[in-house]
Amino acid sequence: MTYAATVVTQETRRITAEDVVMRVAIVALVAFLMLAIALPLATLLSKSFQDSTGRFVGLANYVRYFATPSLVASLWNSFWVAIVATVIVVPLAFLYAYGLTRTRMRAKGFFLALALLPLFAPSLLSAISFIYIFGNQGFLKTWLFGASVYGPIGIILAQVFYCFPHAMMILITALALADGRLYEAAEAMGTPRWRVFLTVTLPGVRYGLISAMFVVFTLVVTDFGIAKVIGGQFNVLATDAYKQVIGQQNFEMGAVVGFVLLVPAVVAFALDRQIQRRQVALLSARAVPLEPRVNPLKDTAFLFYCVVLGGLVAAVLGVAVWGSFITYWPYNLTLSLKNYNFAEFESNGFGPYFASLHMAAIAAIFGTAIIFSGAYLIEKGQGFASGRALAQLLAMLPMAVPGLVLGLGYVFFINAKWNPLGFLYGTIVLLAINCIAHFYTTAHITAATALKQIDNEFEAVSASLKVPFYRTFARVTVPICMPAIFDIAIYMFVNALTTVSAVIFLYGASNKLASISIVHMDEAGATAAAAAMATLIVLTALTAKLLHLLLDRLVFGKLQAWRRR
Amino acid sequence: MVPHVRVEGVTKRFGAFAALDNVSLAVEQGKLVCFLGPSGCGKTTLLRVIAGLETQDSGRIEIGGRDVTPLPPSQRDFGIVFQSYALFPNLTVAQNVGYGLVNRRKPRKEIRARVAELLTLVGLPEQTSKYPVQLSGGQQQRVALARALASSPSLLLLDEPLSALDARVRVRLRDEIKALQRRLGITTIMVTHDQEEALAMADRIVVMNRGQVEQVGSPADIYARPATAFVADFVGAMNMFDAEVAGPGRVRIGALDLACGGLNGKQPGQRVKLGLRPEEVRVRGVEAGSANAVPVVVELLDFLGAFCRATLRPAAARDLVLRSDFSANAMRDLGIKEGQTLTVGLPPEALRVFDVETAGGA
Repeated sequence: MTYAATVVTQETRRITAEDVVMRVAIVALVAFLMLAIALPLATLLSKSFQDSTGRFVGLANYVRYFATPSLVASLWNSFWVAIVATVIVVPLAFLYAYGLTRTRMRAKGFFLALALLPLFAPSLLSAISFIYIFGNQGFLKTWLFGASVYGPIGIILAQVFYCFPHAMMILITALALADGRLYEAAEAMGTPRWRVFLTVTLPGVRYGLISAMFVVFTLVVTDFGIAKVIGGQFNVLATDAYKQVIGQQNFEMGAVVGFVLLVPAVVAFALDRQIQRRQVALLSARAVPLEPRVNPLKDTAFLFYCVVLGGLVAAVLGVAVWGSFITYWPYNLTLSLKNYNFAEFESNGFGPYFASLHMAAIAAIFGTAIIFSGAYLIEKGQGFASGRALAQLLAMLPMAVPGLVLGLGYVFFINAKWNPLGFLYGTIVLLAINCIAHFYTTAHITAATALKQIDNEFEAVSASLKVPFYRTFARVTVPICMPAIFDIAIYMFVNALTTVSAVIFLYGASNKLASISIVHMDEAGATAAAAAMATLIVLTALTAKLLHLLLDRLVFGKLQAWRRR
Repeated sequence: MVPHVRVEGVTKRFGAFAALDNVSLAVEQGKLVCFLGPSGCGKTTLLRVIAGLETQDSGRIEIGGRDVTPLPPSQRDFGIVFQSYALFPNLTVAQNVGYGLVNRRKPRKEIRARVAELLTLVGLPEQTSKYPVQLSGGQQQRVALARALASSPSLLLLDEPLSALDARVRVRLRDEIKALQRRLGITTIMVTHDQEEALAMADRIVVMNRGQVEQVGSPADIYARPATAFVADFVGAMNMFDAEVAGPGRVRIGALDLACGGLNGKQPGQRVKLGLRPEEVRVRGVEAGSANAVPVVVELLDFLGAFCRATLRPAAARDLVLRSDFSANAMRDLGIKEGQTLTVGLPPEALRVFDVETAGGA
């Protein structure tokens, strides 16, 4: 019997009510992902091939882009600044990660937490800090020997701070995956330490190093906030996109810049996928984890390094916090809450802060529900395989799309004349959907990883017990995955709170977000108030994270006794 | 007897690989049937097709006289126990066992009574409020069994239920499962790759290989009268020789010329496979003149407790290897040692003849 013949004789399974529920859910997921991710990007792409009247003009916009010297200069600026930042931040992060994974230095948990601090702040907070330090009235201005911090120097400094935890986390993962027996074998053969480092350690983390470089490069090229605050007259791709769209209302050229921004991100994403596949293959299932041994000299040296670096990270963050409490820098250094009286700087007063909280809460609650249920349908669903495969593809797409590009896509998509969803423009719901889409992939991977660890036969067992899948989902799958669900929710909340680039194009008059209000107050010269708003965001994000940790302890320690042996 | 499960011409392919190739069989009411075979032979796929967890490419499934081919698992009437047990870790033992009952909107009191009854049945009456992680592997197994039996299904499916347990627990549980199955009279299909388990538990064994049924029979049948060289080799230990029919009632293995029963219809010169169980090799009362007396050299003795497995080489055909089991008694009485020469008998009626063609899978 040929394969084709067996397809023809395939027995058709009767469709039950349960199957209908499953299929409707998958269709709804695909529809959401199409609307929230695929269509905005498609609109952006098509816009870049049209003129202002919507006529197809081929590559004319691109030709015009590359013929405009100022725009090409921005491209070059973005490129070299990103290279310099990458070259600085990756070695720094490598040593820090090495100390945390391969030595027996003390207080590893503390130094890990210290280095992760920048993740809880909007990227532009570090730019504000460096203005306080090296700016026109900076207290260490003389250290720059007359050079100005407003420009490439400031951008690079702030980016190093902002990208440090991202690079460090990738390198910690790479360094933690080591086969202790390779080191024992090398030692047994009397290999000198430097040679072990060159022949065992570096090859083991080379994929992590490459991955970290691409991630940092992409972060720098696509970040908007830092260049906006500290870039001065130094133009980069991200600020160009903003100026073209918001300043000049030149949507076509904005689309072209958006597309140019997409290129490095997509390349980095594709390479990273390749690399991760190999990284996993490096470690066999029988590998023994490496236990670093006590080495007083090495441990002390790395402790010293981590104190210095971690101290710098905390100091940069601290300067902005400190600055926010200073009454009138640099003339009146008494501490006060004057800068937190946002009504003086911002028509809505505390409005943006509450708008941010509101939006982040929506993104966290609905985003987590959509993403986790979506991952369940993709991983454990039955039938409609093509729909599930499409959903999986769309779920992985946002990782390759910078926030600024997604934001541009949303502007064009939602304002298109043919779009019946246009009424959403400027609403908090659209901002939340945009955040969910922007941070979809990481959250999806978290959910899928947790789901993959669950016994595949749960669905089979519940079918044999005549219990519908959605009941087992609610009664078993969700409780088991609760830690991952909390992780996703807090990830969504913190990122929705701190993001600038995705939402800068989308806010409406009544729901300006805190991160955008920072940009505006800084633009208006109210740096201290901008610092105050940034501090408020950091405090909120950190509080949320601490509550999460506490909840994790309490809920999963006491109430979920079934996790303990 | 009425067949409770009937499988007719079931074929299942994964790409170009035929996991099940036109399989047909019937399982009688109230019997325990084992699907036995090496990994990849299709036994688990067949079980999942019967359960409706896999959809076959062609063929029919009947359970209890009802054609269930187009029905999803939830509309077929069976309980299932997986190798991993698939107990819900966040639910207590009682909640796991009552999981399917709650959904049927039975009164809470009735459910509690049924759960208690089931847990007593599997020998775990005191463990209702524990979570699965707090139980041993064998206890988890029993809970999974109680859960599968909760709704009184007419068919019980066991997918390698014992292979995750250590040897002692395995032997005890297999006796318990068999006793329980007898008591409830529930038709049971169990998948296993362990021939000892199948021989000990099954009323009937279905030996599978490469997606096809090789032989169906009682354990004694399968062991004593394997239909193919594959079955002979897979179930129990078996010496296998390439041989040639030498004449009426005579076969030749290399330089050995032996008398042999069961050569009906075989022509002189025809190539055959010859099988002999190690325990059939005689060592007592064998003289130079008796039938199929073969002088051998004892090359190696593996001490296995109650008996020794000996590796013998016929003096007249040193390229052949003959494995035989000698009881501890025989070892002591005859003083068998490595390197020694002795004469063993290969009883003509114990030599099993197989066609060369059917030996493909062995």
